[in-house]
Amino acid sequence: MAAQIRISVQPEDFDIGLETAALAIAGTGGVNSFLGVVRHQNDNADVRCLRLEHYPGMTEAQIQTIIEEAESRWDVLAATVIHRIGDLYPGDQIVFVGVASTHRGDAFNACEFIIDFLKTRATFWKKEFTPDSDRWLTTRQTDLDTASAWQANEADPH
Amino acid sequence: MSDVTVQFFASLREDLGKDRMTIPLDHSLSVSDLVIKICAAGDTAWQSALDSPDILVAVNQTLVERAHEVQPGDEVAFLPPVTGG
Repeated sequence: MAAQIRISVQPEDFDIGLETAALAIAGTGGVNSFLGVVRHQNDNADVRCLRLEHYPGMTEAQIQTIIEEAESRWDVLAATVIHRIGDLYPGDQIVFVGVASTHRGDAFNACEFIIDFLKTRATFWKKEFTPDSDRWLTTRQTDLDTASAWQANEADPH
Repeated sequence: MSDVTVQFFASLREDLGKDRMTIPLDHSLSVSDLVIKICAAGDTAWQSALDSPDILVAVNQTLVERAHEVQPGDEVAFLPPVTGG
């Protein structure tokens, strides 16, 4: 049976309690979730603001593909990805990934897989504003390496 | 003749000073040849930015290679390296 999937790209904040609880559908034995938060400091600079943009339509389709890939590797009963866009500030919630599985191992793995690929595959862009300047962030090599490791191994790369 | 819609995102949009443009097209052509048309209609100084291997190309919201044939009516997007999550 296909997993219950919820994808939302939105400026609004979200409630991780409600989102996590909504994942615990019939048959669920464990829900694993990841919450991304805007850092106060990045590369030794104070972050004033993070401006996020995406490619409407394509981004949501890419997230769907990433979730389906996770579903093909692990037991995924339900999955939710919420990603915020617009101007965000230090301490703000930026991304939520939640996965429900029959057993916890699949939920942990699928959740980590989805956030790892979200960072390297989905069409989101971040512009960081610090007191001195502003700059478009570039993909971190460590994030690319992590995604490559998932591709090379069917199992957990860690 | 049917327009191709071209979109530029994030840092590329700011570098080019443009977020979208339309290119009239009556036959298919490769992404690389489309870039030449884009620069002719916009600014020849855009060539190096658009040809950068860091810039990915999507046609109708699917990633493609530079040799991909763009059809009249397609939606083409030039995408800098992504930084979500």
